[in-house]
Amino acid sequence: MSSNQLHFKIDGLKASIEGKEILKGINLEVKGGEVHAIMGPNGTGKSTLAAALMGHPRYEITDGSVTLNGENVLEMEVNERALAGMFLAMQYPAEIPGVTNADFLRSAINARLGEGNEISLMKFIRKMEKNMAALGMDPAFMHRYLNEGFSGGEKKRNEILQMMMLEPSLVILDEIDSGLDIDALKIVASAVNSMRSPDRSFLIITHYQRLLNYITPDHVHVMMQGRIVKSGGPDLALRLEAEGYDWVKEELGITDETVGQEPEEEFKVPMNTIAPKF
Amino acid sequence: MTTQTALPVDRNSVAALSREFQEPEWMTALRLAAYDAAEKLELPKLEKMRIGEWALWDYGAPKARQPLAGFDQLPGQARALLDDDVKNHLLVQHNSSVVFRSLPEDLRAKGVIFTSLGEAVREHGDLVRSHFMQAVKTDENVLTALHAALWNGGVFLYVPRNVKVEVPLHALFLTDDASASFVPHVLIIADENSSVTYVDHYAGTPSGGRLVHNGVVEVFVKQGAHVQFASIHEFGAPVTDLTIRRSVVGRDGRIDWVIGEMNQGETMAETVSILDGNGGVSDSKVICVGTGEQKIHLTTRAVHIGMNTTSDMVTRAVMRDASTAIINGITKIEKGATYANGQQTERVLMLSPAARGDANPMLLIDEDEVMAGHAASVGQVNPEQVYYMMSRGLSRELAMKLIIYGFLAPIVSEIPISSLENQLKTVVERKLGQ
Repeated sequence: MSSNQLHFKIDGLKASIEGKEILKGINLEVKGGEVHAIMGPNGTGKSTLAAALMGHPRYEITDGSVTLNGENVLEMEVNERALAGMFLAMQYPAEIPGVTNADFLRSAINARLGEGNEISLMKFIRKMEKNMAALGMDPAFMHRYLNEGFSGGEKKRNEILQMMMLEPSLVILDEIDSGLDIDALKIVASAVNSMRSPDRSFLIITHYQRLLNYITPDHVHVMMQGRIVKSGGPDLALRLEAEGYDWVKEELGITDETVGQEPEEEFKVPMNTIAPKF
Repeated sequence: MTTQTALPVDRNSVAALSREFQEPEWMTALRLAAYDAAEKLELPKLEKMRIGEWALWDYGAPKARQPLAGFDQLPGQARALLDDDVKNHLLVQHNSSVVFRSLPEDLRAKGVIFTSLGEAVREHGDLVRSHFMQAVKTDENVLTALHAALWNGGVFLYVPRNVKVEVPLHALFLTDDASASFVPHVLIIADENSSVTYVDHYAGTPSGGRLVHNGVVEVFVKQGAHVQFASIHEFGAPVTDLTIRRSVVGRDGRIDWVIGEMNQGETMAETVSILDGNGGVSDSKVICVGTGEQKIHLTTRAVHIGMNTTSDMVTRAVMRDASTAIINGITKIEKGATYANGQQTERVLMLSPAARGDANPMLLIDEDEVMAGHAASVGQVNPEQVYYMMSRGLSRELAMKLIIYGFLAPIVSEIPISSLENQLKTVVERKLGQ
C-alpha cells in the first residue's frame, strides 16, 4: 500500500452508551504516515472514541460514518476491522486465563495469513523474541497467560508487542502512557517510532503531553464534551502542557468539559474477567 | 428398603461369585454382610439433585474372562486408548475381569505390588483386609453397600516404605457389554515415605442396554508418602457413573488429585481427602464438561483432622445444551486441627441458556486457629474477553473456543503423563465440539 492510499475518515460520528450520548459528532481525517494526537481532560469522550472505532459492543453508533480506504468500518465485525488493518492498544486490556501470549498472537497472525499460509513456528518465535527484546520484556512472558496477573506497565508493553507482531496500518493507542515510568515510556515511544512509516498511521489518545515529547505528532486535537474542539500542530500540545486546558475552555466558553458524567473508569474490565489463581 | 423394590441381584449369586473367584472366607462374609446391609440402606441424599430418578440398578452379571497372553491381544478399543509406552506398567479391566497386567521387574523386586484386587485378596489378604472399605464404609448408603457386595476386577497397588516409583502406573477400565457387571475397586496403599503416580482411564459404551458403573477408589497415604492420582472418566450415555474417591492422608503425607469428569451420562462423583495426620496436604483439581441432558453431581471435600494440614480444591465445569451440574466444595476443619488451611474454588461456565450449574462452597469449621477461603462463580463467557480477542483479528468462534479451552487448560496440563493429558484434551475437544 503506498502512502497516499491509506485514508481513514471519521465523519460526524455520534455514539452512545445505554442511551447516553458520549460522542456528539466527531470529524477527523488521517492520511498515510500521519501521527495524530487526541488530547483532553478525563471524561471528554477520548476513550469512547477509541472503543467505538474498534467496535466495542457496549457502544451504539447513532450517526455518522467511518471509512478506511473507502470501506465502511461501521459495518464490519470487530475482527474484520482488525483484518482491515486497525489496531487498538487498550487502556484496560482483558485478561484471558489459560491462553498463552504466544498461542494468542500466533492465532492472530494466522487469522491474517489465512488457512494454508500459517506462519512457521520457528519464524514466529524468532519474531516474537526479537520484538520482546526490543521492548525489554522477560522472555517468560511468551508463555504466560494473556495479561493474567500482568502489572499495569506489563500490560501496556504487551499491547505494544502485539502491535509490533501484527503490523497494523492504523494504530490507535489509548492512554498507552498511563502507568508507565519514564524508562518504560521511552521504550514504548521508541517502539512506536520504529513502526512509523509512510503506510502506517497513528491515533494517539492521551491526556498528558509527556508521551508527545518522544513521539512528535503531525496534528494535535483537543476533545471536550464529546467533540474535537480545537486542532493544531505539535505546538498546541506544548501549550497545553505549559498552560493546561483552562485557556481552551475560556476561549470556547466551556465550563464543564466532560460528557455523559461518567469518568473514564467506565472502561474498567469487569471483575469476573480475572480468573482465580491456582 | 424404601427406595426401590428389590436389589438388582440376589444373595445366592453374591455367594456364588465369591466362590467362583476363590475368595477367602472373610471376603465372602464381607460381601454377604454388605448385601444384607444394602437391603436396609437408603440412597445417598444429594444436594439439589434427585438421584432416585436416575437409572441405578442395571448391574448385569459377572462374566469371568481369562487373562490375555499379551498386550497385543487387548481388544482394539483398549489398544486405541493406550500408548505403547505404558504397556510395561499397565493394568486393564475389560468388563468384569482384569485381563492384562504388567509391572517392570525392578519395581517387583523392590516389593511394589500392582495387580488386580481379586488376586490381591488371595495373595495379600492381610494388607487388603486391613484397608478394603475402610476409607469408604460399606454401610454409608445402599450404593456403597452394593459396591462392597458386587465389586469385581479392580486394582491393588502397594508401594513399600521408602520406595519411590518413578514411572507412572496406568490402569484402563473398559466396558462394552451391558450384561457384564462392571464394579471395579481401586485400592492404593503408599507406605511410609514412598511416592507413586497412578493414572487411570474409564471408558466405553456398552452394547445391549444400560449399565451402572459403581466404583470406589481408596488411597491410603502413609506418613511422609506422596501419591499423585489422575483419572479420566469418559463413559458413553448408557452408563450411569457412580464414583467415590477417598484418600486418608497420614502425617506429612500428600495426595494430588487431577480428575476429568467427561462422561456422556448421569454422573455422581465425589473426591475426598481426609487429612488425618499433622502436616498432611491435599490438592484436588477437577474439570467437567456437561452436554446433552446430562445430570452431574460433583463433590470435592477436604476433612482436616491433623494440625497444620493444608487443602486446596479447584473445580471447573463447562455446561452446554440442557445439562445440569451441582458442584459442591466442602472444607471441614475439625476441632483440634489448629493452623489448618483449607481453600476452595468452584467455577462454572455456562454456554447455553438451557444449561444449569450450581456452585455450592461450604466451609464447616470447628477450630479457631485456622485459615479457610472459598470462591465460587457461575457465569457466561465474558464479552470483554471476546471483544479483546476479536480486536486482534480472531473470529468470534475462535475467540470463544480459546476462552473455553483456556478455562480448562490449567487443569488439563496438570495430568502427570502426556499421553493421558493428550487423551483428556481430545475428550474435552470432542465434548465441546459435539
